Parts: sequence; structure tokens; C-alpha cells
Amino acid sequence: MKSKLSLGSAFGLLLKRDLILAMRRRSEFVNPLLFFVLVVALFPLAVGSDPNLIRKIGPGVIWVSALLASLLTLDNMFRSDFEDGTLEQYMLSAHPVSILVVAKVIAHWLITGLPLILVAPLLGVLLSLPSDAIMVLILTLLLGTPVLSLIGSVGVALTVGLRRGGVLLSLLVLPLYVPVLIFATDAVNTAAIGIPITAQLSIIGAMLFLALALAPLATAASLRISLS
Amino acid sequence: MRFYHRLASPRHFYQIAGQWIPWLGAISLILLAWGLYEGLLVAPTDYQQGESYRIIFIHVPAAWMSMFIYLIMAIAGAINLVWRMKMAEVVLVSSAPIGAVFAFLALVTGSLWGKPMWGTWWVWDARLTSELFLLFLYLGIIALHGAIEDKRTAGRAVSILALVGVINLPIIHFSVEWWNTLHQGSTVSVMGGSKMDSRMLRPLLIMSFAFKFYYGMILFMRARNEVLDRERNTSWVRQIAEGKAS
Repeated sequence: MKSKLSLGSAFGLLLKRDLILAMRRRSEFVNPLLFFVLVVALFPLAVGSDPNLIRKIGPGVIWVSALLASLLTLDNMFRSDFEDGTLEQYMLSAHPVSILVVAKVIAHWLITGLPLILVAPLLGVLLSLPSDAIMVLILTLLLGTPVLSLIGSVGVALTVGLRRGGVLLSLLVLPLYVPVLIFATDAVNTAAIGIPITAQLSIIGAMLFLALALAPLATAASLRISLS
Repeated sequence: MRFYHRLASPRHFYQIAGQWIPWLGAISLILLAWGLYEGLLVAPTDYQQGESYRIIFIHVPAAWMSMFIYLIMAIAGAINLVWRMKMAEVVLVSSAPIGAVFAFLALVTGSLWGKPMWGTWWVWDARLTSELFLLFLYLGIIALHGAIEDKRTAGRAVSILALVGVINLPIIHFSVEWWNTLHQGSTVSVMGGSKMDSRMLRPLLIMSFAFKFYYGMILFMRARNEVLDRERNTSWVRQIAEGKAS
């Protein structure tokens, strides 16, 4: 059967649908955001309020919290679609699943990744980061959080069929987040002492494109396995 | 070629592996004894590190094995995804715990070695850290395999994870290296000639071959069990279970 829907419009429709669904259930993107802010706020309480120490660990704290917040929301990416059977319809559609996956990932990033980036400057101020470092922090989050969503999508696709996949998902995905974390925090720390950071940003950008090229294929294959 | 086709069938694999296990075990035992003798008694004392460097003969082969086994698993995973080969799945699944143990062994011996050399059990050094994350990747594979009930589904899911992991391993290694390095540089290289005394290098290589044969033996033992478990509804497995065949 030849599909009347072109790939482009299928992509757009899927993206729009996910965004509308998210707007109707606001807690889905507000809760992770609160979680993110709360975790960051816990650190000064735990390590003491010495501004120098906080400034030193600030980028790491913000990045680790962003990582955990994005991990927390990953499971939503395919869960409801899996439960009501929509996911099987994607598999049956005439379009390549890997492309449809990209639409899902972009929607997920817009719902959960982008809000984190918007509050990050505020948290940077709270952790007394210098303004240059805050700018770089936002840049690294912009480049880095899509990588987290892309890598995470593979993990979600592998665990979506399991009833209690949550902790397992973090076990699978966290080790794969290491490179992004290292280069992003290194970039912020380096920028704080006034050294150019093009190398780090280029490497995170390279990771983004590598993930964009490969992760959807792995995700599509994993979804097929999870649904079989 | 026919031999490979026979190996791909679980039943023949079970028989062939059963014949190979004693040989692999014997070779590994001989190499282990020879390597330990050369390493502990023949190799000269290091002028800088004294006697404590001798843990290298366990540490380095274990670290090599942990990477080698992950590579084997990724290859088996690719074969499984492309040709849906049951035995590749068995190899992948049976290898994971062995690799995890080697990674753990490399970490433990490394930290035992680090105590007299660096004065601390653990440093966040590049190689130690990437070995730690390699261990986590192994544990993730074992956990995912344990979580999925259907064996074929689990095997294919794990194949994908192994492939994703093998693409990420060099990236993790490189990024961790960028992040911090304290570890002594690599002293063994095939191409450029080693910076090591041949009396030290020889036991190291012997030990690494001993570990390889050991891995082969344990892999075959585990794979045989896995095959029996998977094929438990077939008549040939039932015959073995009832003691009519071996």
C-alpha cells in the first residue's frame, strides 16, 4: 500500500502531536524542571556555603543535575505510546521508523531539555558562576542535552517492554553519558579561567552529529525487538 | 566451511565444545604455571618499583582480556543481528559475566598495585576510570539480559547494547584521557618495540595467552549450559538429561 502521507508531513504531525500532548499534561515538563532546581539547591546545603567552593563545583553540579533530570523523563518518551499500541502503528507505517524516532526525540528534547536550559542561567547565578561561564554553560547545555536525549532513546527503546525498567534504564544509559559530561563541564571550567573553548565545543558538536546519525537506527532496531 | 556450519548448530556445538574443554583447560593451566614461574622467579626486580611490580602479570592480561571480551561480544552481537545466529547470541550472553570478572580483577589488582606506587588505593586516573566504566557497561548488559524473560528477545536486545557500547568505548576512553591522566604510559607495543625488558615481557605475553585459553574454556562451559537451557524442549537435550547420551 502506498502511503498518502509524505515523510515530511508524518514527521511534522508526530512532532506536533507529542507537543500538544505535553501541553495538556503540564506536569510532565514542570516536574523534571522542579527536580532539576531542587537537586542543584541541595548541593550548597550539603557541601557548605563557601562561595569559592560552590563556584568551583557549580558547573559539575548543574550538569549532573541536568543529566539526572533528563534521565528521569526519558521513560516517558515511548511509554504511553507503547501502552496504548501507538508504537506498533509506527512500526506498521510506510515510513522509516528511525526518522519517526527522530521526531519523538526532538519533541522530548523540546519538552524536557529546553526548559532546563532556560532556568540554567538562574542556577548559575545562584551558584555564583561568572557570567562568561554561564554563557558557556548554556552553550554546552544546548549542544549536550540533545545528545543525552538521543543516547537515552536507545536505552528507553530497549527497556520499554519491561514493567520495571526505570533503574535498569539508568544503569544502561549513565555510562554512555560520561563523554558529554566530561567535555561540557571541562568547557565551563576552562571558560571560567578565560581560556578559549572551541575544542571542547567542537567535540560535543561532533558527538551530537554522531549520535544523530547512529542513535535513531539503534533505537528503531531496539523498538522492533521490544515489540516482537 | 562445513565445520563452521556444524558449530552453528547448538547440538553439534554442545558436543564439540565438550571435547575441547579439557584441552583448553590443560593448555591454560600449563601456560599459567609457566607464566607465573617466569614472572615471579625469573623476571628481574624492577629498579624503581621493586618486587611489587610483579602484579603486572595479572593486572595487564586481565585488563587486556576485559577489552578483548567486549570486542568479541560486539562481534557476536553484530553477527546475531545480521544473520540471527543462535550460537552468536549464546557466545555473547555467556561472555558477559566472564568479561565483567576480568574488568573487576583488573580494577582490584590495579588498586592493589596503586597503593605502594601512588600511595593510594584509588585515583581518578584516566585508565582506571575507563576500566570502571567498562565494568559498568558489562553490568548493564548482564542486567538487561536478566530483565527480559524471553531468551531470544533478550539476546537481540543485548546485541544492540553491546554494539552501542563498543562504539562508545573509544569515545569514553578518549574523553576520560582528556580529563585526567596519571597512569604510567603503555609499556607494551607490538609495532614500535616494547620499552620493557624481554625477561619481563615474555611472562606477560605467556600470561595473556593463558588467560585467553582460560576464557575459551569458561566460555565453552557456560555456553554449553546456556545451550542446554535454551534447547531444553528438544529430544537430544532430554536424552542427556535422562542419562542416555552425553
